Amino acid sequence: MSILVNKDTRVVIQGITGEYGSQHARACIAYGTKVVAGVTPGRSGQKFDDKVPMFDTVEQAVRNEGADVSCIFVPPAGAADAIAEAIDAGCRLVVCITEGIPVLDMLKVRRYLEGKPTRLIGPNCPGIITPGECKIGIMPGSVHKPGHIGVLSKSGTLTYEAVGQLTALGIGQSSCIGIGGDPVGGMDFIDVLELFNNDPDTHGVIMIGEIGGAAEQKAAAWIKANMKKPVAALIAGRAAPPGKRMGHAGAIISGGKGTAAEKIAALEEAGVAVAPTPADMGATLARLLA
Amino acid sequence: MKIHEYQAKQIFARYGIPVPKGEPAFTVDEAEAAAKRLIEATKIPVVVVKAQIHAGGRGKGGGVKVAKGGASEARELAGKILGMQLVTVQTGPVGQKVRRLYVEQGLDIDRELYLALLVDRDRRRIAIMGSREGGMDIEKVAHDTPEKIHTLHIDPVLGLAPFQARKLAYDLGLGAKETLKQFVSLVDKLYKCFLAEDCSLIEINPLIVTKNGEIVALDGKMTMDDNAELRHPEWAQLRDIDEEDPTELEAKRVGISYVSLDGDIGCLVNGAGLAMGTMDIILHYGGKPANFLDVGGGASTEQVKKAFQMILTSEKVKGIFVNIFGGIMRCDIVASGVVAAAKELGLDVPLVVRLEGTNVELGRKILDESGLSVESASSMADGAQKIIAAVKRGAAA
Repeated sequence: MSILVNKDTRVVIQGITGEYGSQHARACIAYGTKVVAGVTPGRSGQKFDDKVPMFDTVEQAVRNEGADVSCIFVPPAGAADAIAEAIDAGCRLVVCITEGIPVLDMLKVRRYLEGKPTRLIGPNCPGIITPGECKIGIMPGSVHKPGHIGVLSKSGTLTYEAVGQLTALGIGQSSCIGIGGDPVGGMDFIDVLELFNNDPDTHGVIMIGEIGGAAEQKAAAWIKANMKKPVAALIAGRAAPPGKRMGHAGAIISGGKGTAAEKIAALEEAGVAVAPTPADMGATLARLLA
Repeated sequence: MKIHEYQAKQIFARYGIPVPKGEPAFTVDEAEAAAKRLIEATKIPVVVVKAQIHAGGRGKGGGVKVAKGGASEARELAGKILGMQLVTVQTGPVGQKVRRLYVEQGLDIDRELYLALLVDRDRRRIAIMGSREGGMDIEKVAHDTPEKIHTLHIDPVLGLAPFQARKLAYDLGLGAKETLKQFVSLVDKLYKCFLAEDCSLIEINPLIVTKNGEIVALDGKMTMDDNAELRHPEWAQLRDIDEEDPTELEAKRVGISYVSLDGDIGCLVNGAGLAMGTMDIILHYGGKPANFLDVGGGASTEQVKKAFQMILTSEKVKGIFVNIFGGIMRCDIVASGVVAAAKELGLDVPLVVRLEGTNVELGRKILDESGLSVESASSMADGAQKIIAAVKRGAAA
């Protein structure tokens, strides 16, 4: 029914007491996510909203509450360290929502991650949701509907747009993952596509990319060689001028590379149906399923 | 964040990376005085007057001139370059006005090389790149003769290892005893600089070997990682606001993301991806976006109001499209901000609003009761088409 997270997933939220962390923790709990612990150094023994036990370290949360997935809302200055702490504590999945982590910090985190079993989603991402079961992140739960389409994206709001379109067509989602808009991060398109490919309950995928870098082009090559299920895609930023960073730290066309045109060409070559506009993502996928 | 060549060289100098003697100058008087001092200090009657803008290709564009006739020729050249609208392959056709100069000692160049450090996002490593094809358009080299570019990736655990520096030196023909040691030392310092200054790019094109066998950074380009600004309070001093769009600067100050474009349809959106998607869909239906604007997820009414004001005060804007899919962003906050801005400044261009997600009903209610002339859209596509039609009607009127 999903990849990576489901109704049994036990979540610890790092930075739960911050302004951002607390509002989203509440929303996740309201959705039905099992938020079993919160971590803010110095708050051990307290309870968040009288409900969620607080700890000083992630390791304590894992040991005492059996948390296996961490969600990070820690601000940029401490976020890379928070990711490293969650990896060290043995979380099988870390979802880092934080935007603005210095790139050099993330390079170190990536190096630290090598050879370890932990998976990282993000940073600078909306998170992951398995509709009806588990919401880890900032996405609006109410627009989602349980079903069989995997959605993966660099952008938060474009994911909601795709999900909204699918739900309106009566097509539900198995899991939706935002991999984030930073130049250096965790799971990339191929890592997630692999999971969707192997998930018996995912029957098709919508992939949303954007200008900058070569991740979509590499994904296209992987899809051509491996993907057993239909894929529809959107590349955002066709109208973006080169050299300008379009919001996401990674969304920049540099040295002529990373243009929308080259990504679209690569995807079409791989048999992916590319939506002509962001308003057509749901319809483009629906046609593939027909 | 980009900085000028003279600033990059000042930073290089702090790390012990060899740079030519030079001084920044903002007027012809300063340029002449700088030239005089340099000629006296070096005993070489040659100086180079260089335009300082945040773009490459300045030499080919006529912004770099050699003065062999002493300080008075330097003054003359400074007079020509200062204030010129310098157009290069990297500035775009409008070019950039030259407000700052760098006056540098002349050097006897034996060879020109290319050296760069950058974040390779695909390999998730810092890469060091070198080429014997210095002083040229490196993208052309990469395209025509990629084998002439030597790239090594740096493992954060080892750092830039001496064996890697040596490897690159041999590739660049710097393996002779006199140059090998210099080069290994230079790249070691460059790597330390890259890390400490939170760079995303350092490019030295050309890195020269002088006729005396000295390796010197004849040019210097540094781009810093904007995400690291919090830990670099000194960057505030380095910013050249003349090189940045004033609206983009103001947006940054307010905490929103804004990029100025050439069209006439202003956009206000939550989320970078949706903001790009909005620009794309406007283009698709035959319109031209005036800007990219991501108001972010956690924006307050005040931030939305400021964002809307930025669009309203832009002269090129003939219509506005507000496209919101609220997750964290609440539709009522957007609506309140839009109404407040429009009431303060007056709304005399067509406005189309598409709201979806959190508190959508409340948002629509606020707009309906505002008394403003607002057209509602049921979807992104609907909104884009409506605003384009409205702008056309306005133009025809």
